[in-house]
Amino acid sequence: MSSKEGLVVQNDKVAYNDKVVRQFALMTVVWGVVGMLVGVIIAAQLLFPALNFDVPWLTFSRLRPLHTNAVIFAFGGSAIFATSYYIVQRTCHVRLFADGLAAFTFWGWQVVILLAAISLPLGWTTGKEYAELEWPIDLLIAVVWVSYGIVFIGTLAKRKVEHIYVANWFFAAFIITVAVLHIVNSAQIPVTLTKSYSAYAGVVDAMVQWWYGHNAVGFFLTAAFLGMMYYFVPKQAGRPIYSYRLSIVHFWSLISIYMWAGPHHLHYTTLPDWAQSLGMLFSLMLLAPSWGGMINGIMTLSGVWHKLRTDPILKFLIVSLSFYGMSTFEGPMMSIKTVNALSHYTDWTIGHVHSGALGWVAMVSVGSLYMLIPRLYGQTQMWSTRLIDVHFWTTTIGIVLYTVSMWIAGVMQGLMWRATNADGTLTYTFVEALKATYPYYAIRLVGGAMVFGGMLLMVYNVVKTINQGKPTPVMPPALQPAHA
Amino acid sequence: MMSSGMSLFVAAAAILNTVAAVGLLVWMRKRRGETAQTSDTTGHTWDGDLREYNNPLPRWWLWLFVLSVVFAIIYAVLYPALGNARGSLGWSQIEQWEQLQAEQETTAQRILSVYADRGSHELARDPAALSIGRNLFANNCAACHGSDGRGGSGFPNLTDQDWLWGGSPELIEASIAGGRMGVMAPWLEVLGEQGVDDATAYVMSLSGRQAPKGNAAAGAVHFNSYCIACHGVDGKGNPAVGAPNLTDNVWLHGGSASAIRATIAAGRQNNMPAQTDRLGEVRVKLLAAYVQSLGDR
Repeated sequence: MSSKEGLVVQNDKVAYNDKVVRQFALMTVVWGVVGMLVGVIIAAQLLFPALNFDVPWLTFSRLRPLHTNAVIFAFGGSAIFATSYYIVQRTCHVRLFADGLAAFTFWGWQVVILLAAISLPLGWTTGKEYAELEWPIDLLIAVVWVSYGIVFIGTLAKRKVEHIYVANWFFAAFIITVAVLHIVNSAQIPVTLTKSYSAYAGVVDAMVQWWYGHNAVGFFLTAAFLGMMYYFVPKQAGRPIYSYRLSIVHFWSLISIYMWAGPHHLHYTTLPDWAQSLGMLFSLMLLAPSWGGMINGIMTLSGVWHKLRTDPILKFLIVSLSFYGMSTFEGPMMSIKTVNALSHYTDWTIGHVHSGALGWVAMVSVGSLYMLIPRLYGQTQMWSTRLIDVHFWTTTIGIVLYTVSMWIAGVMQGLMWRATNADGTLTYTFVEALKATYPYYAIRLVGGAMVFGGMLLMVYNVVKTINQGKPTPVMPPALQPAHA
Repeated sequence: MMSSGMSLFVAAAAILNTVAAVGLLVWMRKRRGETAQTSDTTGHTWDGDLREYNNPLPRWWLWLFVLSVVFAIIYAVLYPALGNARGSLGWSQIEQWEQLQAEQETTAQRILSVYADRGSHELARDPAALSIGRNLFANNCAACHGSDGRGGSGFPNLTDQDWLWGGSPELIEASIAGGRMGVMAPWLEVLGEQGVDDATAYVMSLSGRQAPKGNAAAGAVHFNSYCIACHGVDGKGNPAVGAPNLTDNVWLHGGSASAIRATIAAGRQNNMPAQTDRLGEVRVKLLAAYVQSLGDR
């Protein structure tokens, strides 16, 4: 083993770039704690409005976008960067392309997060959900994202294996699509450094926003995490992926059909009827492609189901797939116009989003990190497996409390809002429906606090793991495996 | 309505995407003579031990996919979904909404017509009328006046006996029907800072209170020059112009010294929107009856 230009070289092979993976992996944990803490605070504010202390930058309206941006783009984004950089090297048997650019994506992304954490509480916002950041930050995101694409696709291009592994299909599709979504939806006319107006007007603006918004779910929160799943589930289970053919069918149908589903966010609005219908129909046709990924993940465990008894990491991964299956069933159902007429604008939507975001995204990320982090520090497992198990149970119970309370609250709100008297008046005032929701807000707060508490356990476990190991260079496999 | 070219394009794109997905499904489905399970992998290996089986697509999953496509095709024939095509049922959300509204209004008018020829004062003693009035109030008035009718800062309390525009059944009904525009002129330019302080002191003395600063006697001079036109010599107000009674210690915009000072300095504008065009005469009358019942409590 020798060192050349700071790179570890052995038998003409260069060690993997795990530094950027380590950086992103640790920031995933940090942003997970921060993002979920803000979530717990705003959940508490809905119960106790005085908790904003009459300070403008602590009001629900400003902290809510901070929460969503922190958990989706800071926590979720860092998790995707860490795992995609790790996976693309391991499955291409080659060091990451362009180390400098990879380092730029880390620092660039952290600056974006920092700017979000400052600008959102100050009230600088475009007002577009999940795209609130103002135009100078949008420009930085675009530059970082294109750099990410170059690093990732550059690594694929110089791969030492013939076939591109399925996880990389999902990551590549996600990176390309998110670039298109972000750039198109963020088209805006700057007025000052902190204020801009959308380039689109009226219902076109709404449609562009939800084309972006739903595909942010489809590609950022689904495709990318499926890529993560496709590496960590078979690795942790020690089993081959269930079906290559299923991967092909569900990959292509998922990424093409997702593109049409956005209009279901605009049912019964001024969006033309035909566009609403298409959004609903493609959402329904999305059920099977979505479930393809769940089947491929869960069936990979056939033959080793007993590992679920002893391996809490596998529990995280498999339960995340179950939540994925549940919320990708729930989504198409909620896209049906008549169901949506009840569910839209209620807390049911919040429950649905969190069964996806906490149950699927957070759990698959946390499971993957528990496998990834020790390997980044020259070890094979975390400091305490017992603590992973405790984390698993607090998270699972927390998510169940959260989603079930919001389902009940949402259905109740929908029914109360639509109840009418024979004289043509509404049976309940808005405040009456809000008052009836209070007990469920309390249960939701408990559930959210449990998930947050689990993240603190993770921090402790990660610190202990890092302290007992040290980063060790990892070499690509020496030989090209022979084809069967 | 979009151009026919655009309409054709979106319809064709939607159909093509669906056909391609189904085509891929058919192409990848279980081949004839293939067993349900394979123990052979595809032969590719990544990262030491990552491999793939090539099991056939689960049959139930395949049919789930096909079923969702079949549903989509049927729906797209019946309802608007493909560009400008209206769908064979001729449904549209606006027509559905108009129809539901019309049905609702027919039922409502049947119920409301009973009260058309009775006065609001009489209806204020009819429990059935008051029940409808309460519903109407909750839907249309509670946002400003509160669900209990006690109002808030800038929005009058309807449960006390203090009426800005008069508390007779006719005047209450008129306030709801035609709305009211309450205007208090700003006086800072005329009186100056000291003058506003003095006027504040005098206004507070009218309800037996003492202001933290300002000379009430000097304020009385200002009051008698400018304020009596609307609020009257004794400060008891004038319902004909909606000028409040200043002697009863009931304050629409806050009764603190600073709030009263702000009112005198910058003036106030308050608007109660007219309801007849929105709700019709019978509903206005039922609301008037309900508001009277609030004051009776």
